[in-house]
Amino acid sequence: MLVIIDYGLGNLRSVFKKFKELDVTSIISSDIKVIQAADKFVLPGVGHFKYGMENLKKLNIIDILNEKVITQKTPIFGICLGTQLFSKHSEEGDCEGLGWIDSEVVRFNVSDRIKYKVPHMGWNNISILNGNILNTNINEEENFYFVHSYHLICEDQSDIWMTTKYDYEFVSAISRDNIFGTQFHPEKSQDAGLQLLKNFVDL
Amino acid sequence: MYRPRVIPVLLLRNSGLVKSVAFKDYRYIGDPINAVKIFNDKRADELVFLDITASKENRLISLEFVHKVGDEANMPFAVGGGIRNVKDIRSILENGAEKVVLNSVAYEKTDFIKAAADSFGSSTIVVCIDVKKNLFGNYKLVYKNASRKIEDNPIEFAQKMEEYGAGEIIIQSVDKDGTYQGYDLELIRKVAESVTLPVIGLGGAGDYKDFTKCIKSGLASAVAAGSLFVYHGPRRAVLISFPTKSELKNMFE
Repeated sequence: MLVIIDYGLGNLRSVFKKFKELDVTSIISSDIKVIQAADKFVLPGVGHFKYGMENLKKLNIIDILNEKVITQKTPIFGICLGTQLFSKHSEEGDCEGLGWIDSEVVRFNVSDRIKYKVPHMGWNNISILNGNILNTNINEEENFYFVHSYHLICEDQSDIWMTTKYDYEFVSAISRDNIFGTQFHPEKSQDAGLQLLKNFVDL
Repeated sequence: MYRPRVIPVLLLRNSGLVKSVAFKDYRYIGDPINAVKIFNDKRADELVFLDITASKENRLISLEFVHKVGDEANMPFAVGGGIRNVKDIRSILENGAEKVVLNSVAYEKTDFIKAAADSFGSSTIVVCIDVKKNLFGNYKLVYKNASRKIEDNPIEFAQKMEEYGAGEIIIQSVDKDGTYQGYDLELIRKVAESVTLPVIGLGGAGDYKDFTKCIKSGLASAVAAGSLFVYHGPRRAVLISFPTKSELKNMFE
């Protein structure tokens, strides 16, 4: 069962709906038993990094997620804040993350604050730096929908899946073994986004 | 390459879609859910729904309606109308919207913007600033569907909204609404230059060239329009449209 992890942040309905469109049954839950039984995860989220971590702690699901994702290698797909939470640390709230990806989350440091407004909000394309199993039918010309003020900086370049340019090139997707994450919202990125979710479902 | 968003703004009154000219002369356009379906097919970037009588009538936009849009919309959407507290925002987001649009409450309980941004993240909070020129050509802020006026300067107010944690600002010209005369580029540019968050121009778009102008001269981060997306031709027949992929590409190159 595909589990959309509910930690109180973000629009879970829109993710759920997309899987339904793909004829995939998913369940929105934060129940430890449900997580234990999952064979795939999505960690969505919009909002503040620190609140995100606090909520995961309150729900007492970090240990089970570590067990499932790191030890058992259950595939997980992060979206936006979800992906950022995979990092070791974020500037937002000066807070430790899950630490699955050797990365730091920083605020956009644009050269011209009037020309490059933050949040980076809107459509942008991607360049694939390191291909992976989810790249089937994903075209670099396709636009994806972004809404974020922070982005990842990866220590290990091989963890970078995609980059995107907004004033400068930033990490717009990461992947490492069974861990995938995008800074953009595939669930709001129309056909290309749906394709990406389909590729994850087909894993 | 980054492409600015193009956003249809749809007005609701008594659960029907309406369109105005200068915030008056409302005309019934059709069923909102049907409009969402058409905008899905046309791959609209984002939608904004505003219940224009909610604030005046002291009620929240219908959650049942938000839920229906949430079921149907393939794109992100924002919802405004009568939002007064954190609970209202939570209910709207739970029903499937990505963002909320705040207007009256931003003037009447300005601190609330802070609380809202803290609870839901700035990118969820859109503040709509409605602006009208007075007889002397000065910009004034208006709210409650332009029925109330306050002596405040749109630029200072936009800056205050940024400071309080808003994620985006819609700057709407009441005078240009539904006129097809083009955006108030001067107003949009002044606001866009005075804040570091995305500004969306609204009011007056007459054709797709106005979108280009709003971005290039108005320095907006996104463009929004009503009439242009729901009417067709000089007789204003109701026909929903949205630029194609290649039109969008050419518009902002």
